[in-house]
Amino acid sequence: MWVYILKRLLYALPIALSVTVISFMLVYLAPGDPLNAIAPADAPADVIEALKSAYGLDKPVPVQYGLWVWRAVHGDLGTSIASGRAVLTEVMGAVSNTFMLATIASLMGVSMGCVLGALAGYQRGSLTDKIATTFSVIGVSIPHYWLGLVLTIVFSINLGWLPAMGAGPGGSTEWVWDLEHIRFLVLPAITLCVIPMGIITRTVRALVADMLEQEFVIALRARGLSSVAIFKHIAKNTAPTVLAVTGLQIGYLMGGSILVETVFAWPGTGFLLNTAIFQRDIPLLQGTLLVLCMIFVVLNLLVDILQPLIDPRMGRT
Amino acid sequence: MRDHTQPPQSPQAPQAPQSVGYWRAVLRRLKHEPLAMLSAGVLLVLVISAVFAPWLAPGDPFKASMLKRLMPIGSPGYLLGSDELGRDMLTRLMYGARLSLVMGVVPVFSAFCIGTTLGLFAGYLGGRINMVIMRILDIFYAFPSVLLAVAISGALGPGLSNSLIALTLVFVPQIVRVAESVTTQVRQLDYIEAARMSGANAFSIIRVHVLGSVLGPVFVYATGLLSVSMILASGLSFLGLGVKPPEPEWGLMLNTLRSAIYNKPFVAALPGAFIFLTSIAFNLLADGVRSAMDIKK
Repeated sequence: MWVYILKRLLYALPIALSVTVISFMLVYLAPGDPLNAIAPADAPADVIEALKSAYGLDKPVPVQYGLWVWRAVHGDLGTSIASGRAVLTEVMGAVSNTFMLATIASLMGVSMGCVLGALAGYQRGSLTDKIATTFSVIGVSIPHYWLGLVLTIVFSINLGWLPAMGAGPGGSTEWVWDLEHIRFLVLPAITLCVIPMGIITRTVRALVADMLEQEFVIALRARGLSSVAIFKHIAKNTAPTVLAVTGLQIGYLMGGSILVETVFAWPGTGFLLNTAIFQRDIPLLQGTLLVLCMIFVVLNLLVDILQPLIDPRMGRT
Repeated sequence: MRDHTQPPQSPQAPQAPQSVGYWRAVLRRLKHEPLAMLSAGVLLVLVISAVFAPWLAPGDPFKASMLKRLMPIGSPGYLLGSDELGRDMLTRLMYGARLSLVMGVVPVFSAFCIGTTLGLFAGYLGGRINMVIMRILDIFYAFPSVLLAVAISGALGPGLSNSLIALTLVFVPQIVRVAESVTTQVRQLDYIEAARMSGANAFSIIRVHVLGSVLGPVFVYATGLLSVSMILASGLSFLGLGVKPPEPEWGLMLNTLRSAIYNKPFVAALPGAFIFLTSIAFNLLADGVRSAMDIKK
C-alpha cells in the first residue's frame, strides 16, 4: 500500500513540474510584447527599461521561469499588474469562493445522480428509467451558462426570489454561512450541479444495471438475502467508481466554473481569469492557472490514493 | 501460415473486422433508433438553414435599426424579434448556425485526424516512442478541459481560428488515448504478427490491418465530443474569447443580449436555446451511433 502511494506521488511530480512550465509559457504564445499591457506605446526608452527590470522581463525566459518557480515555491506569485496587490492573496480569496461553489455543486449533483442512476438501473425500461435518462441527457447537453441565464430570468427577474448576481453583502471577502449569503449561492450551485448530475446518473445507471446481472448478485438472491442487504453489496461495488468520477468532477468544476461565474458575477477564480485575460495581467493569469491546475493534480492524486482504500481489490494489483 | 488478408476471429479481438458491410449494417440499425433519427433530422434542418441562409433568411444579418430594437417575438417583419441593435433575430440565428456548427464540428474533426494518427503510431510502435507521446499527453490531462480551452484562447487572443486551435488541443489528447489503447490491443493479435512475418512494413500494416479496428471506437468517442465542442465553442464566444462582433454566432449573441434579459427575456434566451437544441441532438445521435455499433447486443 505505501509503495503504491509513493509510486503515485513520484508519478505526480513530473506532471506538476510540467504544469508549472505550461502555466508560465502559455502567455508567451500571445503575439506582442508582454510589456504592452503595462507601458503605453509611446513611453520613453528608459521608462520601458526600468519597467522591464522591475518585472524581471529583461532576463532570458528560462531564467524568468526559474525565478518564478522559486518564488512560487516560497509562496510568492508576484504582483498583479492591474490591481497592484499580491497575486497569491487575490488567487487564494477567489479559490476559496470557487472551491465552495464547486464542492456544493458536486455534492448536490453527485447525490442526485446516485439516486437517479440507482433508480434507473434497478428499473430498466420503466418510466422512472426514462425520466432519469432524460435528466441525464439534458444534464450533459445543456450549455450551463445558458441555464444560468434562464434561472436568473425565472427566479430573479420574474419571481424575485433569489438575487441574480454577486456573493452577498461584504462582497468577495466576507463570506458567512447565513441565510443572507446562502441566497446568493443557490442559483450558481444549481446551474453548476447539472453537469455532475448528468454524468453520475449515466455512470451509476450503467454500473447498477451491469452489476444486477452478475453472478454474485444472483447467488446472494439465491441465499435469500433481503433486497436491502443486496443493495448494500451493490452500493459497495459502485462506490469506487463514483468516488473517482466525483473527484474528477470537482476538479473540472473548479476549472470550468468560469462561464457560470461570469453569468452570476461570482467572485471566484473564473472571474479572476476573465479579468486577467482581458486586462493582459500576466502575473495574475500565470498564478491563477498554476493554482487551479495544482489543485486538479492534487485532487487526481487523492482519488488515486483513496480508491484502493475503499476497494481492496485494487490494492493487490 | 495464415493468409493475412483474412483476419481470423480471435476471442479477445476488440472489434470484428469492419468492412463496407459492417458500416452498412450500422446505418441500417441506426435507422431503427427513433431518437437518433429525430436528432439527425433536427441537425439536417439546422445545416440546411445555415448553408442556404443567404436565400432562406428573411433579412440582412448586419442591418441594424435604432427604432426597432428588441422587438418581441412574433412582431410583424421580425418573426423571432430583434436584438439590441435592431437586427432580425431569425436571420441572425440562421447565419449564426454557420459559425456555431463550424466551431462545434471542426475541432472534433481535426482532433480526430491528428489524434487517431498519433494514437495509431504510439500504440503500434510501442516502447519508448509510445511512452514519450503518452507522457506528454498526460500533462494536458492535468488541466480541466474548460480551463485549458479558456487559457489557450485567452493567451492567443480572441478570434475564430484561435478558438478552433484551442479546442482542437483540448480534444487531441483524449482521442489519442482511445486510439492508442485499441491499437495496443489489436497489435498483439495473431493476424498482425502474420502480416509482419510476411514482410509488410509498419505503415502498410497500420493502414490495412489496424486502422479498421481503431476507427470504430474512436469514431464513437469523437461523436460524443461533438456536443462538448459545441458548448465549449459557444462558451468561448460567450466569454468574448471566440468570434468577434458583429459576426452572428450563437454564443456571442447570447453574450450581447445579456443586457436584455430584464425587458425581453425570451429574445435574450433564444440563442442559448439553439445551442442546447444542437448539443442535445448531437448527444442523442452519438448515443444512437454507439448502440448501433455495439455488435455484442
